[in-house]
Amino acid sequence: MSQHYPVLLVTVPLLSAFIISGLSWVKKSLCFPVALLALGTSVFCAISLLFRVLDLGIVEYHMGGWMPPWGIAYRVDLLNALVLVVVSSVAFLNLFATHKSVQRDFPEKMGIFYVLYVLFVTGLMGITVTGDVFNLYVLLEIASLTAYALIALGQPDSAPLASLNYVFIGTIGACFYLLGIGYLYIMTGSLNMADIASLLPPIYHSKAVLVAFIFCMVGVCIKMAFFPLHVWLPNAYTFAPNPASSVIAPLMTKVMVYVMIRLVFSVFLPDFSFHVLHIDHAIVWLSCLAIVMGSLLALNQKNIKRMLTYIIVSEIGYMVGGFWLGNRLGMSGAILHILNDAIMTLCLFLAVGNIAYKIRGLDFVHLKGLFRKMPITMAAFVAAGLSVIGVPPTCGFFSKWYLISGAIQAGQYGFMVALLFSSLVNVVLFFRIIEIAYFEPMETHHRVVAMRDVMEEAPLTMLVPLLIVAVSLVAVGIYSGNIVTHIILPVLPKGIG
Amino acid sequence: MEALIHHIVGKYNYWLYIILMMIGLYAMIAKNNLIKKLVGMNIFQTAIILFYVSIGCKKGATIPILEEHGAHMGAHTIKVADYINPLPHVLMLTAIVVSVSTFGVALALAVKIYQKYKTLEEDEILMRLREK
Repeated sequence: MSQHYPVLLVTVPLLSAFIISGLSWVKKSLCFPVALLALGTSVFCAISLLFRVLDLGIVEYHMGGWMPPWGIAYRVDLLNALVLVVVSSVAFLNLFATHKSVQRDFPEKMGIFYVLYVLFVTGLMGITVTGDVFNLYVLLEIASLTAYALIALGQPDSAPLASLNYVFIGTIGACFYLLGIGYLYIMTGSLNMADIASLLPPIYHSKAVLVAFIFCMVGVCIKMAFFPLHVWLPNAYTFAPNPASSVIAPLMTKVMVYVMIRLVFSVFLPDFSFHVLHIDHAIVWLSCLAIVMGSLLALNQKNIKRMLTYIIVSEIGYMVGGFWLGNRLGMSGAILHILNDAIMTLCLFLAVGNIAYKIRGLDFVHLKGLFRKMPITMAAFVAAGLSVIGVPPTCGFFSKWYLISGAIQAGQYGFMVALLFSSLVNVVLFFRIIEIAYFEPMETHHRVVAMRDVMEEAPLTMLVPLLIVAVSLVAVGIYSGNIVTHIILPVLPKGIG
Repeated sequence: MEALIHHIVGKYNYWLYIILMMIGLYAMIAKNNLIKKLVGMNIFQTAIILFYVSIGCKKGATIPILEEHGAHMGAHTIKVADYINPLPHVLMLTAIVVSVSTFGVALALAVKIYQKYKTLEEDEILMRLREK
């Protein structure tokens, strides 16, 4: 049984999506338990897979018994085992946490929502687990198509337009990636990552390989919303329904960062990406720009959810820049930040979901006096905010520490300055919200009864997952040393200093 | 000059796909009507399908169906150059499915937008959004 974990991760959610879509015709209340069961199975498979990889090394699974260069192979090493655990647990926790608001916000579309949700997670899991570049494209499109539909479930005024713009840009991104694979296929005649990696070194100086690299990278950068290509993200994530945005925002961009790392580590190899092409400095400078511009644009926002989306844009800059620093410290920081940023973003968006469950409107003016009304939600929000800023016991501090040490070691002081600048801006961003929510008197004009000092928290099923995530912020922070030495450092290829 | 002509005529499939792709990209960027943008997106995807299909082609080769089978297999060596490469074509079956479903999702979104705003011109929709 346990040798089938890699494929069960993907097939269980995929098949349960069909079951859920059938059930939504018969009995809507059954959709949620089936989705919960499917994603629970995925979490279990992912965690046991991580332990298996820690014990035995790389796990390979050959689809239908076809050997790798011909058949599709799933290949799990520590890097994707870690990302799989992140994806499955974030999706599982969020599914549990948002059930109440799904029930309230779109009861008649509940079945469709869960079908899309489970398919979205299937796509992301598949992207992470696969060892075949074309298979990755197909699963990427599954994840993207479901994300478009999930986003379009949001506010009827603006969500469809935001989603349509995401469709246009996302399609360009995926097509660029497909084109890049086409050039790789022309040059090597293979689609298996390991096979391509073994065939590429003699033809590193070919122009077609260069074109393949550029197309793949630009495609992935569009999908992850790397700064000049980020324009689709804020609208899409702001207008998406809260239960959907709190799974798309933490996962989609981070999985795409993983894809970038995977392409560099296992397809083009670091040797080509860092030594044959000299683009690492340029990308680090671009990510400095991403960090600074993301932070500045976030300062300019009046809506809490919109502000968070711009923080995501700047966090993408952290990960891309840290990775292209090209040393062990920077790369470990970037990989650790995939984990940390997923947890932080989940915590922030779940808190925003809870707030939106109780008050109408997420502009700053609506947040007045919120600490007295929802103390637990706001406490979790502040914890995640501190982590984004990078205050020591929380996990955000540790990945930032690795990134900054990596920047100093690589002599990229511009990147260090950008990181510190964005930390300072984050201080302003979060303390502004804390000030509004704590010190300003409660907004009473939209309620008939004055509700001063009345606690009105979100329901327990929404609070408990939020608290679990908030605690894991600190727990991951404390254990980040172990995570780096046992999981992240063994992943890095040998040639990296 | 002759080298240039050789460059263009000899690799005409690549030139065609690039031209098609640019037409699609231009429509997606410059057109104001959402349906025209969608058509541009479809042209863009089709260009890539054309690219893939053309790279499987070989001069003087036939379709990849082997006439010898059963016990005789292995007795003959199969000349690879006699058969076109079917793999890119098979890949494109998947890509066509993807592009059709993307088009479907996008059209559904366009319908939703039309129901809300009674227009598909992007500037009018944006104006309406700004008024609020």
